Amino acid sequence: MIHLFKRAGFFLALDVGSGAVHVLDEPAYRLLESIDEAALRSRDKKVVPANLYDNFGQDTVDNCFDELLLLLNNDLLFSNDDYSEFSSELGPAPVKAMCLHIAHDCNLRCRYCFASTGGFGGTRKLMPFEVAKKAIDMLIAASGDRRNLEVDFFGGEPLMNFEVVRQTVEYAKNIQDKHGKQFRFTLTTNGLGLNAENIVFINEEMGNVVLSLDGRRDVNDKMRPQVNGVGSYDIIVPRYQQLLAKRGNKEYYVRGTYTAHNLDFDNDVLELYGLGFDQISVEPVVGPETDSYAIQESDIPAIEHSYTRLMETMIERKQQGSGTFNFFHFMLDLDNGPCAIKRLKGCGSGNEYLAVTPDGELYPCHQFVGNEHFKMGTVDTGVTQPQLMRQFADAHLLNKPTCQNCWAKYFCSGGCNANNHTFTGSIYEPHHLSCELEKIRLECAIAIQAANLV
Amino acid sequence: MQHIKTINNANLKQSACEGGCGECQTSCQSACKTSCTVANQKCEQKAE
Repeated sequence: MIHLFKRAGFFLALDVGSGAVHVLDEPAYRLLESIDEAALRSRDKKVVPANLYDNFGQDTVDNCFDELLLLLNNDLLFSNDDYSEFSSELGPAPVKAMCLHIAHDCNLRCRYCFASTGGFGGTRKLMPFEVAKKAIDMLIAASGDRRNLEVDFFGGEPLMNFEVVRQTVEYAKNIQDKHGKQFRFTLTTNGLGLNAENIVFINEEMGNVVLSLDGRRDVNDKMRPQVNGVGSYDIIVPRYQQLLAKRGNKEYYVRGTYTAHNLDFDNDVLELYGLGFDQISVEPVVGPETDSYAIQESDIPAIEHSYTRLMETMIERKQQGSGTFNFFHFMLDLDNGPCAIKRLKGCGSGNEYLAVTPDGELYPCHQFVGNEHFKMGTVDTGVTQPQLMRQFADAHLLNKPTCQNCWAKYFCSGGCNANNHTFTGSIYEPHHLSCELEKIRLECAIAIQAANLV
Repeated sequence: MQHIKTINNANLKQSACEGGCGECQTSCQSACKTSCTVANQKCEQKAE
């Protein structure tokens, strides 16, 4: 399978099976567009439409044909994209990551919150250290031969229970060597609780920190008010700047959410850069289609315009050598990205990755928390629903029929299990709107690579 | 080649044969939390 597309003035071809990306000139692109795999494999130039010779000349078209044939012979065009031979490497795997819901409470009242403003549909509560400790013990016990273990301190707002974050980090670090493990910690925060003391701790201990902020002041404050209704922008921006001033080269993202209210979110990305942040992620909102802020299929053209403008801005800045930043969904290393096994497996939720509530309940990921059907056990009992865990382990690319003929399958791995379940009722069936946005982002990301390398 | 430039050395099939160590970051631990893109993650073996 191949995917032909035009972005940023480039004629591009992705060979899905090998992952090769080709930048073509117009005659080669038009030729590839007008012949199929069987025609090229025939190696007979009689399959070339006559109008191409009229438009580009005999020599040029013949040369293009020969170059396409060379790629075909080298398995870089129409290569076999069937990876079913690797199915035995998929399925159940050791647990290697946990999302600890250190606080089911929040000091913001974000209008789009999938966690029901912190409580996840239940009582507001904080995770006791004893539960976090059991979660760490369980993670070590369930991790088999995996060395790198990840713990994300999530919420609600984890800084509302900062002492338990500190205790948990200390506990995990104290026992990691004994078990031959290495913990990596991430903290996701809304910034309200940041202070000089916990900033030092976060910068010291957190391998990654995710700082929530939606972009422009009015955009952020409309969706991210405090409990008293006042916007959060003016409080959190200086705190993030304070944190990053001493972050060094450690990983972080300033992460925003875009909704139907700011489909021109490229302006929010630029706002975030203007505030001094250069590792940026701005992502589509998740929520019921009936909500006023929900993204609809009819919003796709406007969203595509925003991604396109952002892509063009990033290419231009790169060429000028100034004002560059990373945008999470445009990050793509075409040579050294994840292996095909990882791409087949997908996100790993419910299999390699579990979420833990303040009461110690286990769920496939943070987005399933509160949905009793997906409760998989507790930190005391371990996983008591092995059939549920098996369903998630089996939610790999080869078991998603709709994905089989999609060119983007080895980039998105069949999408987010939680989104798929929310919108289609099945973790095996991708959410169409998410797919469309993903494909736009990927085309932009590949075009940026082309601009950087050509 | 005059008309086509291949911009990467990707060989997914080979990566399937050599990969699968499982030591890489779980996708949602990076930034996303709501939208999955696996291909923008790093390979742990190549990062070392």
